[in-house]
Amino acid sequence: MSVTDLSETRAWEAAAAVPDPEIPVLTVADLGILRGVSLKDGVAVARVTPTYTGCPAVLAIELAVEAALRDAGFDARIERVISPPWTTDWITEEGREKLRAYGIAPPAAAGNSVRALFGETVVACPRCGSEDTEKLSEFGSTPCKAHYRCKACLEPFEHFKCI
Amino acid sequence: MSEAFVTALLELADDHLVLGHRLSEWCGHAPMLEEDLALPNMALDLIGAARGLYARAGEIEGKGRDEDDLAYLRGERAYLNCLLVERENGDFAQTMLRQLYFAAFMEPYWRAAASSDDPVLRGIAAKAVKEVAYHIRHAGEWVVRMGDGTGESARRMAEAVEELHRFTDELFFSSPAAEAAEAAGLLPVRAETRGAWEATIRTVFAEARLGWPAQVWAQQGGRAGAHGEALGHLLAEMQSLHRAHPGAAW
Repeated sequence: MSVTDLSETRAWEAAAAVPDPEIPVLTVADLGILRGVSLKDGVAVARVTPTYTGCPAVLAIELAVEAALRDAGFDARIERVISPPWTTDWITEEGREKLRAYGIAPPAAAGNSVRALFGETVVACPRCGSEDTEKLSEFGSTPCKAHYRCKACLEPFEHFKCI
Repeated sequence: MSEAFVTALLELADDHLVLGHRLSEWCGHAPMLEEDLALPNMALDLIGAARGLYARAGEIEGKGRDEDDLAYLRGERAYLNCLLVERENGDFAQTMLRQLYFAAFMEPYWRAAASSDDPVLRGIAAKAVKEVAYHIRHAGEWVVRMGDGTGESARRMAEAVEELHRFTDELFFSSPAAEAAEAAGLLPVRAETRGAWEATIRTVFAEARLGWPAQVWAQQGGRAGAHGEALGHLLAEMQSLHRAHPGAAW
């Protein structure tokens, strides 16, 4: 591929390879927060969506995607898209496997519901696979994660929350 | 119409920013590490929603005011938040009950706002409704744990109900601006969320062994800019940096 290949495919590949700043094992494409890249009048326009409304990493992600596109030779611009809202269902299968391997229990493919007001979902330990786990806190080190502990292998771990 | 919609968006944005700021005050002071993470997490959700709402209000207003201008350069009388959200944090029981009251209102409100005639509000609502479900669950669990806990925790939670319940009616009152925006299909009718709110609160109270409070005088005035003393102190702290260094950016 030559450096003058300024195609949409190459723009996508450049943007898609950007790692998430808080979960660097995942790329923005694995997470499903890169909605698409299109070429408009010679400018690569990347559409990015926040995971959580107040996610403090949004700006860092947008800057990183823009920088990656520029490094690949494109004039670049970011569009922040909030609708339809991002959901954990958009995390790719590959992304879920990477999360598990990294020690973060991936989200189940189900939404959050108030009907589950006091219900608990089963979260398997990403290290030993046991389902004998307990939630320590609904809110973890980033808005998208919760804290759990495995009662079988006794290791604490993080769970990527369903939303 | 657009003027009324801007005002109604500011009411909603101010609720979120003020409550978000209140929660951020717990950072470094929460009773345990998990809560020290949880409360600022929820604050981020609320401040994030406020940003979206301010940006939309400024855009429709068309006077060039951005989200920072609206958040940092309006005085106390221009703030239109309801009185519940500006109440001081008090103890942990009061903070959690205030959160439950507000989240239990916002959940059905956002759900209905997801079919607003305003596309930007629809987007904000569709995102926020999923986040607020977590807030209800988190606050609800604490209200149960404290209400049905030790003698001391139950006493404090009962006192929190006594202190805060009078501020909940204001959630369901629509200002003239909100009424106009509601009639135009831009915002949900506040009064229509009361059934869902009360069902959530009654479920939690039953589990928490808390009695339903007797009818009390409904405190209101926030939508008209008539606030308690506490809001002025909050704004003084929140706005001081921006006022000292106008246009400051990270």
